Amino acid sequence: MSLWRYANPAEFMRVSGRALPVLWALTAACLAIGLGWGFFVAPDDYQQGATVKILFIHVPAALMAINAWLMMLVASLIWLVRRHHVSALAARAAAPVGATMTVIALVTGAIWGQPMWGTWWAWDPRLTAFFILFVFYLGYIALWEAVDEPDKAADLTSVLCLVGSVFALLSRYAVFFWSQGLHQGPSLSLDRTENVDNAFYWPLLVSIAGFVLLFLSLVLLRTRTEIRARRLRALQEIEARA
Amino acid sequence: MSAGAAVLARELRLALRSGGGAGLGLAFFLITVLLVPFGVGPEPEKLATVAVGTLWIAALLACLLSLDRLFQADQEDGTLDILALSPLPLETLVALKAAAHWLTTGLPLVAAAPLLGITLNLPAPAFPWLVASLAVGTPGLSFLGAIGAALTIGIRRGGLLLSLLVLPLYIPSLIFGASAATAAAEGRDPGPAILLLAGLTLGIVALAPFVGAAAIRLNLR
Repeated sequence: MSLWRYANPAEFMRVSGRALPVLWALTAACLAIGLGWGFFVAPDDYQQGATVKILFIHVPAALMAINAWLMMLVASLIWLVRRHHVSALAARAAAPVGATMTVIALVTGAIWGQPMWGTWWAWDPRLTAFFILFVFYLGYIALWEAVDEPDKAADLTSVLCLVGSVFALLSRYAVFFWSQGLHQGPSLSLDRTENVDNAFYWPLLVSIAGFVLLFLSLVLLRTRTEIRARRLRALQEIEARA
Repeated sequence: MSAGAAVLARELRLALRSGGGAGLGLAFFLITVLLVPFGVGPEPEKLATVAVGTLWIAALLACLLSLDRLFQADQEDGTLDILALSPLPLETLVALKAAAHWLTTGLPLVAAAPLLGITLNLPAPAFPWLVASLAVGTPGLSFLGAIGAALTIGIRRGGLLLSLLVLPLYIPSLIFGASAATAAAEGRDPGPAILLLAGLTLGIVALAPFVGAAAIRLNLR
């Protein structure tokens, strides 16, 4: 049994249809626990007060904004190499979710930045890199919308995703060359040497899990919609010919 | 004449004679720079601070202007199919087209930039570095533009989409190019920035033809 079994649309629909209710339940549970714990149980920061709690939305959203693009990159590669339609449709389905996560990260950052840094926006390297990432999402989505033929659209957007990945990364390092930042260093790391305090760490992990599950559920849901739309289109074409 | 030289000669002749390419980009560059003092005010000190950025951004936009016809015109009348079937590799075709685009659009901008720098009160030490940064950076813009043009061949009114796809790709070039000239204006060493820009451009020139050719193949399939 191999992973590629699920690349068959019928198999994908069957499995994802069963998995989605479970995923939604887990998403709701993780988000409720993570955010509830973060907002009501975790203490206020000694300097930032209650504003620190936006961390529980900001960090997971920022994480998913980047990971969504990585997922699109992998899915695009799979489409280009193995030509599984589900993969191309999953990449298409992930783009608006990733773009929304980018906006959430930017907006929550601005809301936190206003009282803390005294400004809604600064041309800080991290903020700028996210702004650039958002523009890449827009271009990717726009190219999908502009090409009529589904397979050609999948091909061209995959190429754009590869080029975009290289340049999103290049831009990230270029903006660090260009300006010094206001943004603090990473809040999380795997080896836990430079982490936030434990009181924030655990609820943050739970809400990150919630955002990952939310992303998975949304992408599966949107991929199912894309597959159904594709079937509808095929049926309409058959009808038109008859 | 070899096939490559014939394609390059054809591209240059078309750009120079059919009114579309070469002159328009330069005129657009002039007009954009002309508009800036109306926007920021005529004070020389103020203009000096925005001169480098203005010239670089105007150059980016002027490069973009004639890109959407790079492959589309050939696709509409069937020339692109014939070129794709010819023994000339598609990668070479993309490279030659991008090179012709640079010769007719980028190079005139490099030549005009110091003249416009005078009108924007560009600090004297920045002149050679602005010209150098544009000369080193603009070939990369043309080659990146060729990727965007190849991706949007089949799209009617693809010009606006093309700018949405290509302008974000220009960000690293803009950062390094403008940093080099700004550093020279402020009396710092422009070396690191211009070397990074040169590396970036060389990488783009080496790799973009392959991406562009892949996109054309996918479009012609």
